[in-house]
Parts: sequence; C-alpha cells; structure tokens
Amino acid sequence: MLEPVRDATGAPFWQYAARGELRVQACADCGELRFPPRPCCPHCRSFEAEWRPVSGRGRIWSYVVPHPPLLPDYAARAPYNVIVVELEEAPRIRLVGNLVAAAGAALDSLDPGRIRIGARVHVVFSDGLPQWVPA
Amino acid sequence: MTLKDATAIVGIGRTPFAKHLAEDERTLACRAVLAALDDAGIAPDEVDALASYTMEETDEVELAKAVGLGDLTFFSKVGYGGGGSCATVAHLAAAIASGQATVGVAWRSRKRGSGPRPWTNTTVQLPTPAQWTRPFGLLRPADEIAMLTRRYMHEYGATRDHLFNVALACRNRANQNPAAIMYDRPLTREMYMTSRWISEPLCLFDNCLETDGALACVLVGRERARDCPNTPVYVHSAAQGLPAQHHGMVNYWNDDPLTGPAWTAARHLWKNADFTPQDVDVAQIYDAFTALVPLSLEGYGFCERGEGGSFTEGGALEIGGRLPINTGGGGLSEAYVHGFNLIDEGVRQLRGTSTAQVPDATTCLVTAGEGVPTSALLLTNRS
Repeated sequence: MLEPVRDATGAPFWQYAARGELRVQACADCGELRFPPRPCCPHCRSFEAEWRPVSGRGRIWSYVVPHPPLLPDYAARAPYNVIVVELEEAPRIRLVGNLVAAAGAALDSLDPGRIRIGARVHVVFSDGLPQWVPA
Repeated sequence: MTLKDATAIVGIGRTPFAKHLAEDERTLACRAVLAALDDAGIAPDEVDALASYTMEETDEVELAKAVGLGDLTFFSKVGYGGGGSCATVAHLAAAIASGQATVGVAWRSRKRGSGPRPWTNTTVQLPTPAQWTRPFGLLRPADEIAMLTRRYMHEYGATRDHLFNVALACRNRANQNPAAIMYDRPLTREMYMTSRWISEPLCLFDNCLETDGALACVLVGRERARDCPNTPVYVHSAAQGLPAQHHGMVNYWNDDPLTGPAWTAARHLWKNADFTPQDVDVAQIYDAFTALVPLSLEGYGFCERGEGGSFTEGGALEIGGRLPINTGGGGLSEAYVHGFNLIDEGVRQLRGTSTAQVPDATTCLVTAGEGVPTSALLLTNRS
C-alpha cells in the first residue's frame, strides 16, 4: 500500500496520527482551520500556525468504490470504498479515508452497499493512518 | 488592445488516432504540425510562436529544429493536463495580438493508448495533494472525479441516465466520423448500464478513451487570416480559470466543491464576448469523464446550477438538440488527446466541414478540463 508522501507542511498531521490523534492545522492568529495544510493563512496571511485537536466525529460527504485497473495492492482489495468525511465541528474541513468494520480492518472490510452520504462516522487509527468506522 | 477577433485559427492538422501508433511522440508531433501548416498554406519558417502543455513530451527545441521553424520569439507551456488545451491557443492569441509574434502553432502529441498510465507512477506526485488521498486508494483521476460525481448526483438528483446521455451523444457523433476510434461501435443503453465499473458511480463508458495521436493548429492575426485558403475561425474570447481556494481534481476542501474552474473561466469569457450562451450553435466540452459535461453546462451558463443533468434529456446534446456537443465524438468516443481534438473539431464546425455538421454554425464554445485549472475559447466565423 502507498505510504503518505510527506512534506514539511503536512508532517505534523502524520506525527499526531501516529500517536492516535486527529489534529487539523489552524491559524495561530485568526484561528481559522485550514486543510490541507499550507504555509500561510489564506484569511489573514499569518505564517503562525498550530495543530488543533478535533473530535474525530463527522459525516460522509461522498464516497466511491474503485474497481481495477488499480495498483496491485489495491486491486487485491477491490472493490473497496474511499470516503470523504466532513468534520462535525467544521463541515468544510473534509478528510479522505476508508470506512472499515473496525480499527485495523482492511479497506474492503465493509459492504459498500451499506455506505450512505450523511451517515455518521468517527475516526480510529491503524499503523499511523486515520480510518473511519460507523458511529 | 483587445483579443476579440484579433486572431484566427487558419490551419488544423492531425495524425490518425489509434490504440497504438508505431511512431514516437516527437515524430507524431512533427507530422501534426506540418499538416496544420500545410492546411494553413503557411511555410514552417514563418512560425515564430509555439504553445503546448507542460505534460507535452516534445519540447520547442526538438520540434523547431525538426520541422524547420523560423526564429521563435514567443513560446509557452500551460499546466494542469487537459485544463491547458484551450489556453495554448489563448496564449498564442495574446502573443500575436500584442505584437510578440505573428504566426503561432499549438500542438499536443500523446501516446496514452500504448504508453504508461500516469497514475501508476508512485514516485512522481501528480498535480494533486497526493499524501491526503492516494494512501487511501483514491488513485486515479476516475476515482477523484467519481467522488465529486457521487456528491453531484446526491445534491441535485442527477442520474446515471444523464451520464449515459452524454456518452451516447459523443458515441453517436463518433459513429459519423471515420477518423474516430469508435466509428463502427454503436453504444446502447443496455451496454452502458451493464458495463463494468471503473470507480462507482462511474462505469467504463463514463471514461474517455486511451489513444495515441497528435494534433496541431495554426494561429495568425486577422489581416493575415483573410489571405489564407480556409475560412478564418476567429478567437472571439478566451479565458483561463483557477478559482480562489481551488484544489485541483481533488477539490473537496472549499465551501462549494461543485462550482469549479468552469465558473471562473466562464465569467471572464462572457464578459469579453458579443454573444451569450443562448447564441452558441455548437459546443466542444471537455469530456475525460461524462460527469464533467453537466458540470460544464452549468459553469458556462447553459443552465442553472444543478440542472446540468436534466439539461441532457430529450436529445439536447444531439444534432438538432438545444446544444449539440462533441461533434467529432470527443474524448469519450473520437480520441483522448488531452482535449486538443475538441479545438480541431470546433474549427471544422465553423468551416462547415464537420462529419456531423450543425447547419450554418457561426459560434462554437470549446472548453478544457473541468475539475482542474482550466481554459476555454469562444470561436466564430463572423467578423
């Protein structure tokens, strides 16, 4: 499976994820949350940033079910789901992930027919990657 | 100075389209460029401007020295894959209208049919924030656009039948076009509805072809255009579009992901035009995926937001419908060469030489990839 290709701006997200924490970059001056992370706040142009813990609760905004041709590791799990989750406290902050049966389960562990836009989910972690389970 | 009708496309050229062509991309580029210059009646050593895509493999130096171009005083490349197609012509139009050059050639040569799929390269970052998407299996452009498509269908009640209407219109036009890959392959609703999934909700027929081929066009100032053998096709208005807080094909992170670059390009395009969407006789709308068409119909103002799906009903996209589209077959059924064949077909319509001619067409909209920083052209044969 592909590992996140980290850059300096995004690295803190993955460091917190490795500790089982979901944090989102926020402006340290005006407080505005932003995702994906970037060096400067597009609202107030401040370069001061912090990583704010979020509840890890959200709703499914959209989802897809990929089928081959895919990279071999993913083809072996297809069809699987990929979801976009909008966070409860900031609906325009949306994270791409997988809906799984339980923490650590594979990305094809849940019947795609059970997925609905608007369904409540919450975050779990496995090997440093956030996953989502039905709430 | 204004761009309006200041320049015209006077030559178009192409290679055959196929799943596999024997010649390499550079050779195909040379053939398309020389064909376009021959069509324009302009000698290669008169060319002083070039424009292409950042993803183009043949660079200016290689092309110019192979086909014997003159001294170049303007050359530019546009990013974001198929979003740059119309911008190549727009950059040449700006260069010629502002006196930077006199004869411009835009081109695209691609072996996507027999070459590698870009998304299989796991070391190069595609122009997307890949760390936030690819580890979770959102790997291909089809997956990224399918995500927006599902949300679009959910918000507006658009259906797979609406997407089928797009695929069918393109296929019907390809069935009239002997140069199209799908010339002899009709499409039925049953074939569409029972085809294999690529990324639900997008099936096989929602995806463009994988094609080898090359195309080029020649642009000159309006005075020179009148001396060329073919009907001049004037660049009436041109625009690029990169909306505030846009994120590329994975545009999931702003307030309104379903209004994309088309909206931005369209505002500029119409502001500088003497006609409106209602006056467009035929459109060539970028169709790497069927779902880009309803989004573009909304963005370019042919219908209200959320009505792009229902707009396709009743044969609206067919010849004789409200807005015939992709009259050569488009990326879905003629060839997928990063949208350059849509420019070429727009010119044919305004010359009156399309294989699916819209009677007396005088205006044509050509668009580039929606869902990425994009571009568009309004073309006309009236001036």
